[in-house]
Amino acid sequence: MKFSDFVATDAIRSHVDAHTKEGVIREMAQSLVDAGSIAAGDLESIIKAIMKREDLGSTGIGRGVAVPHTKHPSVSRLVGTVAVSHDGVDFESLDGEPVQLFFLLVSPPDRPGDHLRALENISRQLRDETFCRHLKSAKGPMDIQHLLEEADSHGVAS
Amino acid sequence: MTAAVTREGETQLVEIQDSMSDQVVSREVVVGMPQGLHARPADQLAREARKWQSRIELLSDSQRVDGKSILDVLTLAAEAGTRLVVEATGPDAREALEAIGSLFDRNFNEQEWNEGQ
Repeated sequence: MKFSDFVATDAIRSHVDAHTKEGVIREMAQSLVDAGSIAAGDLESIIKAIMKREDLGSTGIGRGVAVPHTKHPSVSRLVGTVAVSHDGVDFESLDGEPVQLFFLLVSPPDRPGDHLRALENISRQLRDETFCRHLKSAKGPMDIQHLLEEADSHGVAS
Repeated sequence: MTAAVTREGETQLVEIQDSMSDQVVSREVVVGMPQGLHARPADQLAREARKWQSRIELLSDSQRVDGKSILDVLTLAAEAGTRLVVEATGPDAREALEAIGSLFDRNFNEQEWNEGQ
């Protein structure tokens, strides 16, 4: 699965304002509403579900990356977005490091395979230090979009 | 490199290298969770693997990945029913393999979470 299969381009954020876990999740979920990927009426329920998942164990998987996610019956296909925090956010990550790169995923409950393949793609690309470094220094959403496109067409994990 | 030789549900000593302390053991496991080997079990697996001195690797049909790295484990995208081989190499390989294997045998305690989402 490629980034372009699930990342809502209009929801990409290169500078998140929030400095807390819930704040970042809220900002990203709101960006999905603004992009028309999720309905405004489902916003609170989706944020609550993502936070509930975080309570089971942080999705801050190390290397400054977090993958907050949930299943939610309101979506019929996997939707996601990408955000960057230049200051870094305490996400109770597994390695204790602040998180700068966020990949938020909302998937239909009956499609666990799609969710796994999205995680696979994200983790495969993130093993590439150069990709991570470029993402973290993105100046605008277009930079991120171009990096994702490049990863989709050329990116091969080392 | 040692070829992974396994028989289902059985731990085998595949090879004893030059140093007697460096055992290589492996066994087959099956991903039993309906959601597959997703982020939470991958985290549990990497955490458990890091407790041991031995190198822990997971082998799928096409990949060999570091069991101590959650990013590596996630690149397996192992769905429910996938068969993997866990291979441990090092002085505490047997104990490590037993601990990792037991996580799969218990389905990573998924039923206890009941996250309802």
